[in-house]
Amino acid sequence: MSDQPLSSASPRVGLFVTCLVDLMRPSVGFAAIKLLTAAGCDVSVPDSQTCCGQPAYNSGDNLDAADIAKQVIAAFENFDYVVVPSGSCAGTIKHHYPEILAEDVVWSGRAKALAERTFELTSFLHDIIKFEKFNTEFQRTTTYHDGCSGLREMAIKDQPRNLIGKIPGLELREGEQAETCCGFGGLFCVKYPDISESMVDDKVNDILATQADVLLGGDLGCLMNIAGRLSRRKEDVEVRHVAEVLADMTDGPAIGDPDSGGH
Amino acid sequence: MEPTSRAFHDNTREALADATLQAALGKLTRGFPVKRRQAADRLPEFEDLRDQARDIKNHSLANLDFYLQQFEARVSDWGGQVHWAKDSEEACQAILDICRNANAKTVTKSKSMIGEEIAINDFLEKNGIEPIETDLGEYIIQLRKEPPSHIIAPAIHLSKEQVAETFLGAHTDLPADRPLEEPRALLEEAREKLRQKFIAADVGLTGANMLVAETGSNVLVTNEGNADLTYSLPRVHIVIASLEKIVPTLEDAATVLRVLARSATGQEMSVYTTFCSGPKRLEDPDGPEEYHVVLLDNGRTDLLGTEFQEMLRCIRCGACLNHCPVYKSIGGHAYGWVYSGPMGAVLIPGLIGMNEASHLPNASTLCGKCESVCPMRIPLPRMLRAWRKRQFERKQSSPSARLILSLWAWVAKKPMLYRFVNRQIIATLGAIGKKTGRISWLPLAGGWTSKRDFPAPAGKTFMDLYKEHGG
Repeated sequence: MSDQPLSSASPRVGLFVTCLVDLMRPSVGFAAIKLLTAAGCDVSVPDSQTCCGQPAYNSGDNLDAADIAKQVIAAFENFDYVVVPSGSCAGTIKHHYPEILAEDVVWSGRAKALAERTFELTSFLHDIIKFEKFNTEFQRTTTYHDGCSGLREMAIKDQPRNLIGKIPGLELREGEQAETCCGFGGLFCVKYPDISESMVDDKVNDILATQADVLLGGDLGCLMNIAGRLSRRKEDVEVRHVAEVLADMTDGPAIGDPDSGGH
Repeated sequence: MEPTSRAFHDNTREALADATLQAALGKLTRGFPVKRRQAADRLPEFEDLRDQARDIKNHSLANLDFYLQQFEARVSDWGGQVHWAKDSEEACQAILDICRNANAKTVTKSKSMIGEEIAINDFLEKNGIEPIETDLGEYIIQLRKEPPSHIIAPAIHLSKEQVAETFLGAHTDLPADRPLEEPRALLEEAREKLRQKFIAADVGLTGANMLVAETGSNVLVTNEGNADLTYSLPRVHIVIASLEKIVPTLEDAATVLRVLARSATGQEMSVYTTFCSGPKRLEDPDGPEEYHVVLLDNGRTDLLGTEFQEMLRCIRCGACLNHCPVYKSIGGHAYGWVYSGPMGAVLIPGLIGMNEASHLPNASTLCGKCESVCPMRIPLPRMLRAWRKRQFERKQSSPSARLILSLWAWVAKKPMLYRFVNRQIIATLGAIGKKTGRISWLPLAGGWTSKRDFPAPAGKTFMDLYKEHGG
């Protein structure tokens, strides 16, 4: 895909905001719009979107998951690309919609067609648009958490690192366990809080071992989980979505920091 | 063994509070993954071998009846006998009958997960026959009357001090003040004890890492050589194996062996690999006079043709346990039955039923690490989801969770209503968390806030802000 020419001079991108960004961290959505616009995309935000349906799918409720998948497909199939500021939600659209709708003669083709045009934000900027003019600097020491679905379903590993590598001042220190799950897992973290706590503690310890002062990642679920645990342990590490840093939108409070209420 | 999977929450709390276990798990999950990675990196064709191994097992499972019959015929040609067992009861009975015919008083045993599955040790003991585990780890947990906590490292949950204590309690004929601090001393003592048992045993019971259809052989892989003494010294050799262990040819077995040890311990090959084919022949200097294979189904054929068929490719290497962050947190016993880790979470509901094991497929973040290291490329996360789907369809998941999920899905299908509801919730949460940026207690979200703060939302949703900004 990365070697193909863009479908038009100004590709029409539908931004799938994701339910967590919509509810918890609107700045990530605005950062995504800013980046995509700067990269020359014509960005729209279809207002019939809600959630990708992953909570239903991962709970075994395939009927509701299929209904929600159809809703997303209908809202986004007329764009050149669907871009998602989350590896997990992008993975659901790209890999699981075709599975969920595999038996549906009408929808399976549409699901596959949408899947081919769906990308996680950093991999879209890096692999497809090849955008690297970030008008910002970030004089901080960072470490990066690889969200599981992004890493293992979407092969997102180097893309965000290459992008933040272009930002003057930013230092990246890899955690030994950057690829290990943080224990979020959607409903898992509330159904099995004890195991989740043990996992997020391992993650927090790995982050602290890097002595980085900012944790970056591409999935808000993981970041909220880790930020919440850091905060409970009173550890002083700032947590941000990578899009906020790339888009020079780090003036506001970090995730879970005071006064992140109010925009 | 009696499953305790229903008490999963209690089991996990106990495991998380066990400092010895936590230290052991930390060591195990730091060690094995690195060794596996190094072994895989040293072998350029490792990924291709995984594909080949997967294809071999897929082919075997698609032609299971053919290869099992071929295997039985070859075993008969050698003068051995195959005993077909539908379930644990039949398998235990078949083994007992063979032991009784041999007038056996003691049975030495090399490590076998199927032996654990059918609880053969308890059964033999109840019938007056003494079973003796000869794998060091299995010997230790047999003395402690515990199930294994890892497929290839059954006593991984114990410290060497606990093992010393166990030996002091069990080997009362030895001086009580003997030094047992060093692992070497423990090993020597076990070796001394087991040597007498090897020689005295009437029957040797082994598992099988594979069964080879074209030669009627069983394959045994160990690092301690105990399986070789177990099958070759007694008069009777019994192999207990589940039927999906079959592969068509020796060549196929060799391919699977090339991924097995590398995935398990990072070794290129285990120290001992043995192919046993039938009883001793006239020209053989030693070996058993009788050779029996008890072939166990125990629910496996019910998985054929279902979304769980691919689970039957599993070769019990333990890689998915070694790499699983959930297993790393709670160890093997918390799963409540013989198997554990991702492979256990998929297999256990299939073998003992979803009523017993309902937690196991849910206690996973679906992080996908297991599938990425499985030598047989078993899509474990997909199968965990498949169990959840069955639970949901059969209304076996918790009613309150189902209700909340249905309500959420109903709203998520109505974008205008969805936005209206979210607007209220987010405004409230935003107001609560405005000053501190975090919320330390939330009703209905105790699972979250008992362990972490809840990062406060911005007070307005993206969609509303986007509209305000003229989007």
